[in-house]
Amino acid sequence: MTPTVHSAAATPAAPAVRLSPGAQVLAACRAEGRAALVGYLPVGFPTVQTSIEAMVAMARAGADIIEVGVPYSDPLMDGPVIQRATETALEGGTRVDDVFEAVHAISAAGAAAYVMTYWNLVLRRGVDRFAADLASAGGCGLITPDLIPDEAGEWLAASDAHGLDRVFLVAPSSTPERLAIATGACRGFVYAASTMGVTGTRETVGSAAETVVAGTRGVTDLPVCVGLGVSNRAQAADVARFADGVIVGSALVSALGEGGIPALEALTRELAAGVRESRR
Amino acid sequence: MSEQLGRFGEFGGRYVPEALIPALEQLDEVRRKAAVDPEFVGELDRLHRTYTGRPSIITEVPRFAAHCGGARVILKREDLNHTGSHKINNVLGQALLAKRMGKTRVIAETGAGQHGVATATAAALLGLECVVYMGAVDTRRQALNVARMRLLGAEVVAVTNGSQTLKDAVNEALRDWVANVDSTHYVLGTVTGPHPFPEMVRDFHRIIGVEARAQVLDLVGRLPDAVLACVGGGSNAMGIFHRFLLDPSVRLIGLEAGGEGVHSGRHAARFSGGTRGVLHGAATYVLQDDDGQTIESHSVSAGLDYPSVGPEHAHLFETGRAEYRAVTDDEAMQAFRLLCRTEGIIPAIESSHALAGAMAVGRELGPEALLLVSLSGRGDKDVHTAARWFGLLDDAEGMP
Repeated sequence: MTPTVHSAAATPAAPAVRLSPGAQVLAACRAEGRAALVGYLPVGFPTVQTSIEAMVAMARAGADIIEVGVPYSDPLMDGPVIQRATETALEGGTRVDDVFEAVHAISAAGAAAYVMTYWNLVLRRGVDRFAADLASAGGCGLITPDLIPDEAGEWLAASDAHGLDRVFLVAPSSTPERLAIATGACRGFVYAASTMGVTGTRETVGSAAETVVAGTRGVTDLPVCVGLGVSNRAQAADVARFADGVIVGSALVSALGEGGIPALEALTRELAAGVRESRR
Repeated sequence: MSEQLGRFGEFGGRYVPEALIPALEQLDEVRRKAAVDPEFVGELDRLHRTYTGRPSIITEVPRFAAHCGGARVILKREDLNHTGSHKINNVLGQALLAKRMGKTRVIAETGAGQHGVATATAAALLGLECVVYMGAVDTRRQALNVARMRLLGAEVVAVTNGSQTLKDAVNEALRDWVANVDSTHYVLGTVTGPHPFPEMVRDFHRIIGVEARAQVLDLVGRLPDAVLACVGGGSNAMGIFHRFLLDPSVRLIGLEAGGEGVHSGRHAARFSGGTRGVLHGAATYVLQDDDGQTIESHSVSAGLDYPSVGPEHAHLFETGRAEYRAVTDDEAMQAFRLLCRTEGIIPAIESSHALAGAMAVGRELGPEALLLVSLSGRGDKDVHTAARWFGLLDDAEGMP
């Protein structure tokens, strides 16, 4: 219940910033001279219980941060693999309430959890109530793929009130002005989309990712994590050369779907080795 | 109302991925400049006159009006436009803007196929590559429109995600747009989506109300007591309403699809059965469950079968400037048949919802009333549905 952001009038000097568990993990990785591995899985795929076990297993196998996806009926930033997984989750009766159970389990296992959600699900629950529930489950913050800072007034206030990180996206199309607006509103880290497109594995991550990270570093000191398209050890190592974190989603979802938790753990270990190859 | 943020009261805005913001900003800038550029305005006007067939006429329908409590009823005939509906007004405007932005490819979503056909038509006329996303369920229901789009040179992609209907086609079009935004303009078909679409699409359809207001004054010498239009996304309704917003004596009445009845749960009546939310880029009214998951809509009319509605309608609803009523499938089909038999005009089933509204409102207001109804489209595409609804053909006559 302690507010972490103080009014400028009460504390003229800049207030000491209390880092979230996720931000602490990113700082520790930076100190080690390596990128963090951020692993995404949606709640409810293939079932709520298995998805939670899988997220905890992924953390134990070497994912530094867990990105907990909330299934939504209209996932316009997601490619086919995550669409199918979240459809399965919704058909199985997954509810938004289940997300907080997953976050609690991950936090209890000592790992950092961010929730990736489309905005209508937060609005429907009530922005402040969603933030309060996330904070009490031990979550670090929200990643919001269809919310831009321009529309985020209520979330900026709620995330301040509940001490949560807020992760907005930047993209290869972002102008310097948009990069400044997006990163200026972020706390914790910045999510850089590697390509123009939706989630899914790709043959190559492409040079746009390096360019967008460089542009982002020009306007912020926050860690920059790169998502979209990374599926294997070599790609993870490649992105880890220039990013603070490598975000993997569809490939992990496919592994879980095809080979269960053992396959998920094996891929996680591969990716964790990848982010350690490019020591800086 | 903030023009800057594209808000209508609390509704509208831009709830989309950051990746699309530069394209939306470019579109907003280009359409604002075009709106005051004589060259653009002149070219669009020329196409309206020589291609679409504008101005569309108005038709007084006394034999139909006898079933509307004796009120005078005047139809605005958007059904007579090239491609058979009001959709062409918006599509020509956006296709010209796409060329101005140097884009070579247009994409569109479509439900029944009317907007897809209109977009394919404009793309053929202006030499643009065209891809239309259509739910797989709808491609089966509207196979002739799929063939029509292919004849016009468009690629039609059947969307097999989610409910395989209009909302999923919008999702897929947005995914395409994010990936191809450098070369591609998304010709959104109604007054929804992120800013500037709701405002821009309304402005391209505003000509409906501008013409109709002058035509009614010319014919009758006074303003109508009520203007009625069906509301799916709500583009024909915003088009005819907008010129009347500052005429306080004119009631604006939107007719939503009540499907099998609002209490059945199978409907598309966002203002009766929906709540505030965000869908496809705009804050508006949405059919959704307690978690915020979209609930699938239902209507006999594919063009009204959409779980969300344009944000400006949400604003007009909350301020009380416009009223919204639900018309059931059955009421709409009765009005459809009545106009066919009394006036020799086969209306679109979408527009038949507005006709059913006129029957009810006319009875409420009585014989002194003057009603203006937007006949937004013609019913050729609906003959199959109507034949089945009314049992007009024997199995042997080839109706599947």
